[in-house]
Amino acid sequence: MTRETPLVLGIETSCDETGIGIVRGRELLSNTIASSMAEHVRFGGVVPEVAARAHLEALQPAIESAVREAGIRLEDLDAVAVTSGPGLAGALMVGIGAAKALAVALDKPLYAVNHLVGHIAADLLTGDDVEYPTIALLVSGGHTSLLLVRDLVSDVELLGETLDDAAGEAFDKIARLLGLPYPGGPEIDRAAREGSAEAIRFPRGLSRASDMADHRYDFSFSGLKTAVARLVEQRAGEFSVGDVAASFREAVVDVLVTKALDACARHGIPRLLLGGGVIANRRLREEALTRASAAGVTVRIPPLSLCTDNGAMIAALASELIVAGRAPSQLTFGADSTLPVTEIQVAWP
Amino acid sequence: MHAVTLDPVILGIDSSLGTAVALIEEDGVVLADEYSEDPLGHAEVVGTLLRAALSDAAHGPVGGGGATKPVTVDAVAVGMGPGPFTGLRVGIAAGRTFAQARSLPVIAVPSHDAAAAQLLLADPFADVGRFAVVTDARRREFAFTVYDGVDDDGLPARVTEPALVPRDDIDDVLAALGAARHDVVRISAAMVALVGARARAVGRTLTGSEPLYLRAPDVTMPKRVAP
Ligand SMILES: [Zn+2]
Repeated sequence: MTRETPLVLGIETSCDETGIGIVRGRELLSNTIASSMAEHVRFGGVVPEVAARAHLEALQPAIESAVREAGIRLEDLDAVAVTSGPGLAGALMVGIGAAKALAVALDKPLYAVNHLVGHIAADLLTGDDVEYPTIALLVSGGHTSLLLVRDLVSDVELLGETLDDAAGEAFDKIARLLGLPYPGGPEIDRAAREGSAEAIRFPRGLSRASDMADHRYDFSFSGLKTAVARLVEQRAGEFSVGDVAASFREAVVDVLVTKALDACARHGIPRLLLGGGVIANRRLREEALTRASAAGVTVRIPPLSLCTDNGAMIAALASELIVAGRAPSQLTFGADSTLPVTEIQVAWP
Repeated sequence: MHAVTLDPVILGIDSSLGTAVALIEEDGVVLADEYSEDPLGHAEVVGTLLRAALSDAAHGPVGGGGATKPVTVDAVAVGMGPGPFTGLRVGIAAGRTFAQARSLPVIAVPSHDAAAAQLLLADPFADVGRFAVVTDARRREFAFTVYDGVDDDGLPARVTEPALVPRDDIDDVLAALGAARHDVVRISAAMVALVGARARAVGRTLTGSEPLYLRAPDVTMPKRVAP
């Protein structure tokens, strides 16, 4: 194995994207993503069984096209990597079954890694010099987490996370309340263009002084959701969808950026990494950049194809583990839908 | 000592009930046969079973105790269910990916065909008669497939396609079909491989590439947002 720049294939199936990525060290060779999003539209959210069935059908074509794009042969791989959690258990198991078979068939080491830490590793593939420690804000339909990364392969701390819905889920639910289609993020964005972010002052979850002791870095979007639902019900038809969309989005963005920069300030870390699919939201990026710059914090945002769930980030994390001299995972691990972020690699001896 | 093998080697894999992995020579000689009955641990055990099967097979036929010689797998036979979906998919994903990694053909085998073959081949001279392989399908249902003897290709002759029936109705349904009930709690991967090998030898397709789910995805519509 090339210890300095290992050739790794990563498999990611924790939600609705079947991601196959291939990296050589920190060089991205392929990032193939097959999404089952369209199949979930009529249900207004990700249906686990639909996602798991789609993974099974998408795997072989995705591996095939990733290998072709990377211009390698599977035999050339130094290692195989896979997400073991957190995520949807049934979906994760499809990727785990495939990854184990690939590793055994090729007689290559297998690295089972943490999805959330994978999001942080994605940043390494941008080709820039990445500096730690950093605060990381990961926002998607499946998670909303604030992390303190001291060392990618050995020291990641969870500062806080959502106590109820993920931010992406909140966007989906509010879109549904406003009669907009799934996925809600882009729809809310579109509607918000016609409205004012100052029109309605929606609550910022867990942002009161009394929340600071126990939930300073945690998030909650249920109160916000209830406030929007009440307004929609009370003013039946007599409100501007644009105003509600813009004001709702402002409340989400405000709380995300405020808590992330608070973490930077309190830990004395002038670096913030953004990851997860919700980073596609332009307002969130703008607000983070503006306020971070005022606070003297450098913001890193990988390209969107590396922010959404993907296999390249899983391969990138495994590559770092290999470079750090870590032994591979034993073959006995399973899916862990609630894998804590402190477990960067699972089942290592 | 096991002589140098020229017979094609088939890898069989099935996770429709427990997790089963086997390697056989095309003529039926079993080189390795691994099994875990844990009905929930498919993802945990599948890699270990695959590795163990390959390493066992390197010693020649089961019980042969020959010298170590790595086996070359020529095809992968995959049990396509029916069975509980979450576990079923693990074996299919593993089988297909193993085949892809080594550029091998995949043979899709209905898991009940393997169970039927096991019963029919146990004693080739026994008059088994018409019977149904019956497996647990969860949610108070059974999955069943009716068979009647062995056909000219040496494969179990399927009379009905796999189907679901409420548990309370199984005996009436089978009586109406004139089939004896044969409950199965374990699928043999060696039998999956054997059925697959025989089908491949005569160019027959036993089932499509889709798993035999027999049920539409269970969709719990997202809850209405609380007022
Ligand atoms: Zn994610």
